[in-house]
Amino acid sequence: MSTTETRQSLPVGTWNVDPVHSTVGFAVNYIVGTFNGSFSPVDAKLEVGEDGESLTGSAPVAGVKVQDENLSAHLQSPEFFDAERAPEIKFASTDIRRSGDEIAIDGNLTIKGITLPVELQGTVTEPADDPFGGVRFALKLETAIDRTSFGLKWNNPLPNGKPSLANEVKLSADLYLVKA
Amino acid sequence: MKVLGIAGSLRSDSHNRKLLLAAGALLPDDVEFEVWDGLKAVPPYDEDDDVEPAPAAVARLRAAIADADAILFATPEYNSSIPGQLKNALDWASRPLATSVLRNKPVAVVGASAGAFGAVWAQGELRKVLSATGARVVDAELALGHADQRFDERGALADENLRDELREVVWTLVDETVPRLAAAA
Repeated sequence: MSTTETRQSLPVGTWNVDPVHSTVGFAVNYIVGTFNGSFSPVDAKLEVGEDGESLTGSAPVAGVKVQDENLSAHLQSPEFFDAERAPEIKFASTDIRRSGDEIAIDGNLTIKGITLPVELQGTVTEPADDPFGGVRFALKLETAIDRTSFGLKWNNPLPNGKPSLANEVKLSADLYLVKA
Repeated sequence: MKVLGIAGSLRSDSHNRKLLLAAGALLPDDVEFEVWDGLKAVPPYDEDDDVEPAPAAVARLRAAIADADAILFATPEYNSSIPGQLKNALDWASRPLATSVLRNKPVAVVGASAGAFGAVWAQGELRKVLSATGARVVDAELALGHADQRFDERGALADENLRDELREVVWTLVDETVPRLAAAA
């Protein structure tokens, strides 16, 4: 009889994000479909030691990537992220729970200067040697937030009176973590 | 700190121009205030003309906005909205959208009308337009109805409560502007 081990902890060490292959994205329903964008460059660090684990990350609002520079400018304006006064979105974990390849991370998300607790859920891979002499693994995380609770309240009513932009926004992070 | 006043009405005896002058007198002593008088000269917006160098009247508008730390708008209401010439000037000023002189500029909106409602709809429309340009629209308002009866012989608002409301608007605008100046210093 064999026993399958379910891994409960993350690999020990300091892990820095590989900004080239990592993305933080958002998806929000707009009129009839889903509108996607991303922030880059992503900065993140995972620390795993004997006394616990922590994941912190940030991305500049000025690095919001959408298909049009005018829309990017609108997203940076006070109607949305207010990049001038709140130049970064940030995350700091408070609790990390792993069960096999699934992971849940509680933490505080800061957008537009407003910090609220969120729970991220996703998957984790096993560390692997990369072609550059390093070791890396991946975290894939998701959560959903109400953008209006972070002060992003813009909308534009449709002819039927309903709002064109949904309040719920899905956030996703694909992080390549490289051992320091 | 320099605050620019822009009235949406062109006529020489405009209530909104008077309202701007009354507002300017309520600003703190160290704030410079200037009412812009170039609105009538702004040509109709035409993307073909939106090139460098900009038409002279447009260049003056953009320079006046760029040179000011904050802007106070006073608008009348034409057919439930803002005057076409004011919207036209904002269309010019908002270009190019990503880097326009209005981006992040603290702005406040007040309005006067001879009727009872003090241009409240036009003020709402103007706030919407300014927000879309990326300006920093402060949460303060004054709707001055029956404007033809509101000013004393010195040009101040005769009613003390209305004076206090107007002072609240301009001081809110100043408060919004201070952090930008501090950050730029």
